[in-house]
Amino acid sequence: MSERASLLLTLADDELIVGWRDSEWTGIAPTLEEDVAFSSIAQNEIGHARALYELAAADLGTDADALAFDREPSEYACAPLVELRLLDDWAMTIARRYLYEQADQVRISALVSSSDPELAGLAAKIDREEVYHRLHAELWAERLAGEPRFRSAVEELWPYALGVVAPEQRDELARRVGLPLPSNSLLQGHARGTHTDELEPLWTEMTEVRRSIPGAQW
Amino acid sequence: MTAGQVWAAIDEIPDPEIPVISLVDLGVIRDVAVDGNVVRIELTPTFLGCPAVDAMRRALEETVAALGAEAEVAVVHDDSWSTDSITPAGREKLRAAGFAPPAPRAAGETTLVQLRSKAFRCPYCGSTATRLENIFGPTPCRSIRWCADCRQPFEQFKTI
Repeated sequence: MSERASLLLTLADDELIVGWRDSEWTGIAPTLEEDVAFSSIAQNEIGHARALYELAAADLGTDADALAFDREPSEYACAPLVELRLLDDWAMTIARRYLYEQADQVRISALVSSSDPELAGLAAKIDREEVYHRLHAELWAERLAGEPRFRSAVEELWPYALGVVAPEQRDELARRVGLPLPSNSLLQGHARGTHTDELEPLWTEMTEVRRSIPGAQW
Repeated sequence: MTAGQVWAAIDEIPDPEIPVISLVDLGVIRDVAVDGNVVRIELTPTFLGCPAVDAMRRALEETVAALGAEAEVAVVHDDSWSTDSITPAGREKLRAAGFAPPAPRAAGETTLVQLRSKAFRCPYCGSTATRLENIFGPTPCRSIRWCADCRQPFEQFKTI
């Protein structure tokens, strides 16, 4: 697989899985406004995944749905951060949104200046929309800043967040978030390429309808 | 057939989610080129998560077919669309239908301070005594604000 296709799948898998996890709050978020916000953020993230898969699919001679749903769980390139099922823990959920958006901004803004015009154009379009995800996360991080539960959630997820960006981008992410880099062994344990036990149950549910009638036109 | 005739025909196609505004006024039609019996149209979505893109594509294909030509619609995912692409006529149609049109793009990205500012005008009564209720709304392109004067929520087109 080309370096470009592999990069696109990394980004697309992160966006699809984080969108899936965010969508788990639809209907049960703590307030109606957050129900709307999480549903909309999830729709955006999955929309980004679709555009990224389409670009990868053109390179790989397949289609976006096949990339999103027809691979085995072990073939997904998503970072462990997005796989975690954080349902019913709002502090952890907001900590992930905050850290994921910070990490995503580091890598997407690097891609905006890519010499590949298709990648750069798509990254710039994605970044326009992510501004609103960052504002939402910023609002919540500000509101929960004094809460011990939120602070410990951010610290717990911090090594995972570093697994979202490339190794050379870790220092920049640490500067933005204002936390020190953890030990190498902790970084390795949460790096991209490893998967948590929580991906497979998600995959089973996410692909269930598609697997029920292979090749069906919906 | 000329590109001008195609533009005139597609000018009436409404946005599937906000039908008061046309695709042309929304600024999502990037290019129209006529090559014999084939009309090539470049369409770019407002938001990538927009589920209306397929409906837009079908509407374009049907309109071109009614002109007796064949449409090739390419969906372009680049950075060419922003809310500044909405035409002045389109902005007025949005406002008249109760959607506050997007604020012009400032240099740099939108900040919380801007979203919390009072520069946003209620589309019903014109008051600027409005506040942000939710950055997100019924579709990815809209936020929810509240007007303290006429005491109604309203939808604000996001600036992107």
